[in-house]
Amino acid sequence: MQIIVPIKQVPETADVAMDPVSGTMIREGLRAVVNPLDLYAIETALMLKESAGARITVLSMGPPAAAKALREALAMGCDEAVLVTDGRFAGSDTWATSYILSETIRHLGGADLVICGERAVDGDTGQVGPGIAAWLGIPFATFVSRLDAPAGSTLRAERLIEEGREEIEMDLPGLATVVKEIAVPRLPTLAGKKGARRAAIRSIGADELALDPGMIGLKGSPTRVIRIESPKITRSGTILKPQGEEELEHAVESLARYIADCAWNTISVPAAGAS
Amino acid sequence: MAAGNASMEKNAVWILAEQSAGHIKTTGFELLARGRGLADSLGVPLVAVVLGCRLAEQELDLLIRHGADRVMAVEHERLEYFLPEPYTNVLHALVREHAPQILIAAATTEGRTLMPSLAVRCHAGLTADCTALAIEAATGQLVQTRPAIGGNIMASIKSPDHRPQMATVRPHSERPLARDATRTGSILRIAMTDESLLGSGIRRIALHHETGSGAAIQDAEIVVAGGRGCKKAEHFGLIAELASLLDAGLGASRDAVDLGWTGYPHQVGLSGKTISPKLYIAAGISGSIQHLAGIKTSERIVAINTDPEAQIFKIADFGIVGSLHEIIPRLTKRLRELGVEGGRHAEQ
Repeated sequence: MQIIVPIKQVPETADVAMDPVSGTMIREGLRAVVNPLDLYAIETALMLKESAGARITVLSMGPPAAAKALREALAMGCDEAVLVTDGRFAGSDTWATSYILSETIRHLGGADLVICGERAVDGDTGQVGPGIAAWLGIPFATFVSRLDAPAGSTLRAERLIEEGREEIEMDLPGLATVVKEIAVPRLPTLAGKKGARRAAIRSIGADELALDPGMIGLKGSPTRVIRIESPKITRSGTILKPQGEEELEHAVESLARYIADCAWNTISVPAAGAS
Repeated sequence: MAAGNASMEKNAVWILAEQSAGHIKTTGFELLARGRGLADSLGVPLVAVVLGCRLAEQELDLLIRHGADRVMAVEHERLEYFLPEPYTNVLHALVREHAPQILIAAATTEGRTLMPSLAVRCHAGLTADCTALAIEAATGQLVQTRPAIGGNIMASIKSPDHRPQMATVRPHSERPLARDATRTGSILRIAMTDESLLGSGIRRIALHHETGSGAAIQDAEIVVAGGRGCKKAEHFGLIAELASLLDAGLGASRDAVDLGWTGYPHQVGLSGKTISPKLYIAAGISGSIQHLAGIKTSERIVAINTDPEAQIFKIADFGIVGSLHEIIPRLTKRLRELGVEGGRHAEQ
């Protein structure tokens, strides 16, 4: 079985500190890491490799520095890494990105299964996975929390949706986007890291893929970001520091009324059926 | 496609209403509230589109009651529940035929699956998880505002040259309009006859309904969460009791989950769930950056902690420095006395 896992290198947002003066996040000097949610996609592929036998190609669209993320994936156990990089990709939105990645997958000869993380923690859209499936014209399952080894040309999976757990059967070739519940990503082994350091990463550009130049980069992106703002996340609230029993009672009273006020305002307009 | 489409205007504002077992979900009414403002700004009709089968007239009529000028109901056995390919194909055909200028859907699992594949097929721009939508007066274009980088920035986005302008909108980020019995509108039922659009490489084997599971905390309007400050598993029960009284979702910090006081579906934070309730109550939670990342877009935040320097107080709207072991039982008792049951005041 051939599995392709597209991954993204993103800034490390978990370690971000708050600027006490502006109340906003300090984003300078952040490390670049594998998109945390892509680790779950890599782990899912590795589990299938162990249970059913598979060759895993990890692929990333990004600047040359994204090779670092690819090496981490190789260190975890993926077999091959491909970097899709070209200055003309800069400014690509999810539409253009999914076009580029789907053409890369075609160029590599396709796959039985493409596995993606739920979303990238910088863009936060979750649109590229379904977009790739649409370009390739293959079925796709999202919010997958369990992915079974294929039985012939289909596989069974579980999706987490609002109503509960949906059990599905998907034809292959197909694409799945996976959620954190699917597995705990393994750490790279020392041997894996050594091998990854030495591994050759294949680099592909726009010309080799014969991409339509009007469909890539900023020019090829239907969406345009027109403004970015850093919202202040600190709030100046009422913080009570009661001393003694009487002040505590008063504080609890104030809080109870505050909560009651919030609770009364959360009544939804009743509508027929489930929400 | 079936006949009877002559009455559907082009360039309208469309919202995608979801249904489950034939019942229109609340997100449809929330989208109509959003769409109403956009349609009025543009002076075009507001259309509610719903796919399903055997949809009752009174269900479709609810969409008119809640703000739609037109309802387009497309029916076929194979559209009974959401599957990516049939829904994408049918909507693509409808969009091609009727050319809406705006198409919005809820950022639910369905919306976040359907809209990206539909945007590729329509060659349209799609903005995910918007918290605000507005028409730019000068251009008539849709300005879509959404958080990115874990909520650290707010981006405003347009799709100037592609139609429809597509967006998904956070559930519960807009209140439905009040039901209006006097509103008039038309319902157009389309029987899907082109079976080539209905093929699916995915089949549903079963749906296991889950009630009261941790998954619900993302939809809960109120979430009560406990952290390491509870000190013991049984004290975490105080948090659960308050959550139960308020009919709220039960949340937990990573520490509380690691200590085994509750399960991973209840974990709130960067490595757990990101939630945006109307009210978030954090007790015994210090507020690490990872935790705050999961809750900072909550409308109101209440914090209870013994440490006055705890980070959680920096983003709290209301806080008490004190022991949750003393405060929560008193609070629960007082809320009961005030008649706050199930998140709403007991009716007189």
